[in-house]
Amino acid sequence: MKHTISVLLQNKPGVLSRVTGLFSGRGFNIESLCVAETLDPNVSCLTVVSRGEDTIIEQITKQLNKLIDVIKVTEINDKDFVEREMVLLRVKAEAATRAEVLRVVDIFRGKVVDVSAKSYAIELTGSASKIQAIIDILRPIGIKEIIRTGIIAMPRATKTK
Amino acid sequence: MGKITGSQAVVRCLQEEGVKTIFGYPGGAVLDLFDALMDSDITNVLVRHEQGAVHAADGFARVTGEVGVALLTSGPGATNGVTGIATAHMDSIPLVILTGQVPRPLIGNDAFQEVDIVGITRPCTKHNYLVSNVEDLIPTLRKAFHIARTGRPGPVLVDLPKDLVATKLIYPEKTPIHLSSYQPTFYPHPVQIEKACRRIMKAAKPVLYVGGGVILSNSSKELTELAEKLSIPVTMTLMGLGSYPGSQKLSMGMLGMHGTYTANMAVAESDLLIAVGARFDDRVTGKLADFATKADIIHIDIDPTSISKNVRVDIPIVADCKNALAAMNKWFDTESSFKPAEQGERLKPWLTLISEWTAKHPLAYKDNGTIIKPQYVIETLHQLTGGQAIITTEVGQNQMWAAQFYTFDYPRHFVTSGGLGTMGFGLPAAIGAQMAFPNRTVIDIAGDGSIQMNIQELATAKQYSCPVKVAILNNGYLGMVRQWQELFYCKRYASTTMDVVPDFVELAKAYGAVGLRATTKSEVEPVIREALATNNLVIMDFKIEREEGVYPMVPAGKANTEMLLV
Repeated sequence: MKHTISVLLQNKPGVLSRVTGLFSGRGFNIESLCVAETLDPNVSCLTVVSRGEDTIIEQITKQLNKLIDVIKVTEINDKDFVEREMVLLRVKAEAATRAEVLRVVDIFRGKVVDVSAKSYAIELTGSASKIQAIIDILRPIGIKEIIRTGIIAMPRATKTK
Repeated sequence: MGKITGSQAVVRCLQEEGVKTIFGYPGGAVLDLFDALMDSDITNVLVRHEQGAVHAADGFARVTGEVGVALLTSGPGATNGVTGIATAHMDSIPLVILTGQVPRPLIGNDAFQEVDIVGITRPCTKHNYLVSNVEDLIPTLRKAFHIARTGRPGPVLVDLPKDLVATKLIYPEKTPIHLSSYQPTFYPHPVQIEKACRRIMKAAKPVLYVGGGVILSNSSKELTELAEKLSIPVTMTLMGLGSYPGSQKLSMGMLGMHGTYTANMAVAESDLLIAVGARFDDRVTGKLADFATKADIIHIDIDPTSISKNVRVDIPIVADCKNALAAMNKWFDTESSFKPAEQGERLKPWLTLISEWTAKHPLAYKDNGTIIKPQYVIETLHQLTGGQAIITTEVGQNQMWAAQFYTFDYPRHFVTSGGLGTMGFGLPAAIGAQMAFPNRTVIDIAGDGSIQMNIQELATAKQYSCPVKVAILNNGYLGMVRQWQELFYCKRYASTTMDVVPDFVELAKAYGAVGLRATTKSEVEPVIREALATNNLVIMDFKIEREEGVYPMVPAGKANTEMLLV
């Protein structure tokens, strides 16, 4: 099963390699990984998506917590959460398909961010499944290049009733 | 306050941490540090190889419970220390390793004797640091000691660039250490303690399975109290030997691959396994699916990652073993429904069954006249030292025979590389132990293979007047590997015969030590007596039965009940 884990870390050199080293050294899988500074410049937030049995995910969160530079580990899947990923796609756009590509981009509420005679570069954000959907639709037309950010996720605020 | 150099500050910080002895080897990047040490009361034990320095610091830490310190130079000095660091990491031994680094402007330039030791040791240290600002130097060192000795202990490496330790600084005042992201749980949750104690009161076949955590946390007293109050039989891991007196009636000895018949049968039959400071290592569990299948499991450990890692745990207790055991003792003392005498009566059938197992298959070996059996050597060492010696070991058959036949009654008397299984550990570790306790008997039980892995440290022992006694169980083989080849590889002894081995008696003389040899059983006792009476480094060369094996043995991948017996 897919799990999204959010990790707050000291924003210092070498900390990311402690995290990735832990995953590779213990044979845990990384599906995607995304890291950037938080509001506090001394702290960064890392979102890692992994796949595994619950016992493996439990080990991953414990092992992450054990790292001295890790401040907090949250398994986002335990909560109601919002996840987003961004993708940049360069799609073949020749005379016959230019209009079709634009229509698809429009339906997915994407943006064209670069245009050339033979291609469009498209920006799209959404859940992992939405990103996958546009990829599936544009693939027959011809995707020349794809760059994905990996997932970032945030638990929804607790609702008061 | 005036400024001092970074090196002088490092030395002052070591003194502030109570360090009296360190183990090191100089080099270009640490010249300043060694120079500053000369003006202090700290003794540097000059080893002959950096691996020896880290093992010696490790041996020092294991027998004293203090943080061991090693000081190595950059590049090859640091990489030579890696095996020692990994050894300490696997056995949770508190060390601070200081390594020199090339000057900051050269870092990353492939400078002479430059290596990314922080990168290399990241997976085999509890934590490590490269100090890059002079104002961080002392706070980092203090954190290193704090991290090394608290929680689940472990080695911490601090990499010190040469130009940084030459920079002047104002020595900072000591302030309490607070690491927001490092907060070990020292005290057990009372709800879990109560749950565990109530479960124990219901158990018909309880077993205490105790590991190195009990020794590291100095909780032998609390453990002994609990075991005896509740009449619960105790089995120990290799790392846990001595945490409960091996000669006491409730001791079942070691469990696992070379554990006793009794211990392995008891765990297999148990309805409640109480694991204390142990980590369900594969050498302990054998085939996991068949391990303690009838038992509920209570697991006390300060490291949450140890809990439910290999085996599902029913009642986890995250805490320092000492606090958890004390809390359990207190719970039983104040619980009105608990009566020690009734408990003893209730467990009588279980304890009877256990003593029947021991009567049926005690630890044993076949004595055959004049040939020296290694087990006899260990038994004689035990007898002639009154069980009081500090025993270090190398790795392999020598280590297992020592674990089986030197009955350990006290904690911190058995110093062995359990997790990593590092050959060449025993001699430098013995030097570390002897530096800590100059007046005690320290014996390295070795094989003719392993002793050659760090034999250069004989010179260190001699230089610092360490009267270590090295007992070589000499069978002319890499015996443990040979035993596996005998049992599982049709006796094809691939690369396990050492046809050329030094004459250890002559070698001892070359190092200014005393060399003794026994080739028949009757010579064993006189040789050991003479060695123990000698106030010098001694090598005893015991020519033992060449193809003697370590038994019981659980073949790899088999259940612990499928032991091969003598």
